[in-house]
Amino acid sequence: MAPATQHIPQTIPQLLSRNVRQFPDKPAYREKEFGIWQSWTWAETAAEIDALALGFLTLGVAEGDHIAIIGRNRPYLYWAMVAAQKCGAVPVPLYQDAVAEEIAYVLDHCGARFVIAQDQEQVDKVVEVQDRLPGMEHMIYLDPRGMRKYDHAKLTQYQDLQEKGRAARAEFQPEIDRRLATQTSDTTCVMLYTSGTTGRPKGVVLSNRNVVETSRASSEFDALRPGDEILAYLPMAWVGDFIFSIGQAYCTGFCVNCPESPDTMHHDLREIGPTYYFAPPRVFETQLTNVMIRMEDAGRFKQWLFHHFMAHAKKVGPALLDGKAVGAMDRLKYKLGELMVYGPLKNTLGFSRVRVGYTAGEAIGPEIFDFYRSLGINLKQLYGQTEACVFITQQPDGQVRSDTVGVASPGVELKIAENGEVFYRSPGVFVEYFKNAESTKDTKDGDGWVATGDAGFIEESSGHLRIIDRAKDVGKMADGALFAPKYVENKLKFFPNILETVVFGNGKDRCTAFVNIDLTAVGNWAERNNIAYASYQELAGHEQVLATIKSHVEEVNASVAQDPMLAGCQVHRFIVLHKQLDADDGELTRTQKVRRRIIEEKYGDLIRALYDGSETVYTETEVTYEDGRKGSIKATLRICDAKTYPVGDSMNMAAE
Amino acid sequence: MKDMAAGNYLTDDGRQIGGVLMEMRNITLRFGGVVAIKDISFDIHEGEIRAIIGPNGAGKSSMLNVISGFYHPQEGEVWFRGEKRPPMKPYQVAYQGIARTFQNIALFNGMSVLDNVMTGRLTRTKTGLLAQAIWKGKAEAEETENREFVEKIIDFLEIQAIRKTPVGRLPYGLKKRVELARALAAEPKLLLLDEPMAGMNVEEKEDMSRFILDVNDEFGTTIALIEHDMGVVMDLSDRVVVMDYGKKIGDGTPTEVRNNQEVIDAYLGVAHD
Repeated sequence: MAPATQHIPQTIPQLLSRNVRQFPDKPAYREKEFGIWQSWTWAETAAEIDALALGFLTLGVAEGDHIAIIGRNRPYLYWAMVAAQKCGAVPVPLYQDAVAEEIAYVLDHCGARFVIAQDQEQVDKVVEVQDRLPGMEHMIYLDPRGMRKYDHAKLTQYQDLQEKGRAARAEFQPEIDRRLATQTSDTTCVMLYTSGTTGRPKGVVLSNRNVVETSRASSEFDALRPGDEILAYLPMAWVGDFIFSIGQAYCTGFCVNCPESPDTMHHDLREIGPTYYFAPPRVFETQLTNVMIRMEDAGRFKQWLFHHFMAHAKKVGPALLDGKAVGAMDRLKYKLGELMVYGPLKNTLGFSRVRVGYTAGEAIGPEIFDFYRSLGINLKQLYGQTEACVFITQQPDGQVRSDTVGVASPGVELKIAENGEVFYRSPGVFVEYFKNAESTKDTKDGDGWVATGDAGFIEESSGHLRIIDRAKDVGKMADGALFAPKYVENKLKFFPNILETVVFGNGKDRCTAFVNIDLTAVGNWAERNNIAYASYQELAGHEQVLATIKSHVEEVNASVAQDPMLAGCQVHRFIVLHKQLDADDGELTRTQKVRRRIIEEKYGDLIRALYDGSETVYTETEVTYEDGRKGSIKATLRICDAKTYPVGDSMNMAAE
Repeated sequence: MKDMAAGNYLTDDGRQIGGVLMEMRNITLRFGGVVAIKDISFDIHEGEIRAIIGPNGAGKSSMLNVISGFYHPQEGEVWFRGEKRPPMKPYQVAYQGIARTFQNIALFNGMSVLDNVMTGRLTRTKTGLLAQAIWKGKAEAEETENREFVEKIIDFLEIQAIRKTPVGRLPYGLKKRVELARALAAEPKLLLLDEPMAGMNVEEKEDMSRFILDVNDEFGTTIALIEHDMGVVMDLSDRVVVMDYGKKIGDGTPTEVRNNQEVIDAYLGVAHD
């Protein structure tokens, strides 16, 4: 073997060759197909990527070109990203559920010459807008199904392209080697479009230094190692998936598992039993809701067993996980519970082997968080952004709490501005927004400090960061009191019956809210109580549902009232919406965050009704179906009043 | 305009239509005094999607049952792959390469989706009962092969998530898809679909239409289908047979059929005087 150059790999392609040298026969990727887990070792992976990179050159991919990738998590698409990097091109993964319009904007903005699409559905979306994209030259697709009849002048199948690449190795290998030799840590690694709670998405340019250094530091933080397993199921366009499934995977050499289909995710999770796992709070919430619903169907003895041991777990589980002292009897009882309840439950959820689990993106309900922690799952929180390559703060083992997001990640400096906005500086800080110098300047100052747009503070006792709300969403009520909608919304969303909510009140004399019911939880309740409903709309407008939501709102009001700073944010009136807020209608971002401005414009009539004292309001709402067609739904909605509480019982000054 | 009735041409979207696969010659079917089908002739070409439409009670399902060997016509001949078919039992027809789905789903409710689809491989299984009971060597290898084929179909019809779910627990639209999967598992030369979209909502219909087109395209399977939804029929099929009161009143491309006065009368009604 040639004496390996002893420098530390600085780019993803360099990490790939290091992995091939160090552990050629360890699995790098697995995917379930045709009912069986197929796997590829690092050596096989490198060969596949190599063939594709050569194929790219036969199409004329130049250095600096953008190659868009649209599809669900599949090894082939991850390889496409690395193959693009090998050619000196920049991979641009897109959200697979984006509609044609959104895709058109991004493809046009980055001037992609090539697109890699997973299947007919994605190809169709691009074809639909192709006329407007003069720069688009060629499309590569993975799944040939249904595409036989397409005009193949500008279309090539993925495997065919690899075949062409292999055939042309003699011609293009020297060129690839030349390009690889010029790549340094400053070479662009990837461009990711932020979903953007306001305005058009922005292309965040991340260099190899950003990605590799952040991945290395964060892998060390949690002692990730070869042999770890993750399940890649979150959108490929999201920075987290890129860092977990490519950055950290290549840095440490662990295995990335891809589910068979989006619907089989939970089943595949169980089969793989990942050791490193990430999920947004929503996923944990849904899982907990499902467990609770299924427990209600269980026999009486099983129910008793479950509740008895869960109560015990709640008492000692988190302490055990944090390594605190726990009495011998309690330990013994926990062991017994592990045998009878926690173990089987974790197995059902697919968490038996989780060593490091993270959640982020939104606040997670303390009950939900504690539930998983008490089972012995090392679930932690982190706080991050695309612009930071994910990691800004994270919770070290043993210092985990539901209301903070942890301490600064290794290499990250934090500072809090006077208005409460959080700033950070780190090796992971992005290079720039593509073709948008102005936004770059607004976000990142000359010294490399980046504004997060979130308001927060560092807790003195622990040094942990706490986030209150989006800085621009924090406002003032008419009487000058602080208005922090997210704070109230999060409290509301912790109820399983409430899926989403939007609180209004900036500049007004009191707060009001929209509420979306959770169809799983409320639907199940309706079934149990023999309440018939024909549609989401009908269920959402049901008397008893409104009464339940009202009680939830009042409970939250009582809790908000105890915080003198935020007591003004109690919800006086609310509407249970007749449709679910949806990213297809532009009401949520693709990462499921509420877009306030758009909702305020779109539902102006409802907001007026919330403030003018009317009892009911008639409304027509435009909806977009999954295939992009539009329709509208009409409804007469009831406006409900909720009880509010006087400000802070002085007894309960310790807010929250 | 190409002569569609003669076969052997390329469709507008580039599919190859071959020669005659099945021919019905002067079929008459009676139940006692009731004439369900009266002297009907038509043919089905290899690779085509052929629809049989007509108002309720026109005799469509009876016709499908004649093709699949459930009913034996009193008069007329059935020709399949250039040979006259003697009266056959349905299972013999299945062995010839004709698979079907049913109007009122006929699946094994207690069995999983996978097991249901595996039953479709029965006509392709060569080892005997005893060999399968012992399940060594050849029988085992054969099952593996069958499973592999079935998994491809499960992937094709996107029913991976319900592979192990008992069929009885599935919603209607999915059951229909499972039935299609079972029929496809038999690798049929001719696939008969009895109202594949009945009782479905718009989205399910669109999905099903896509699957039917993909099956035809991907496996080159010839398909004969009965359907009520005119929109679906006109979009999917290459040629259409129209029946009314047991008689054939139209036969041709969707456009031809749509402009046929007799067909319009049958569907919209006409004043009898």
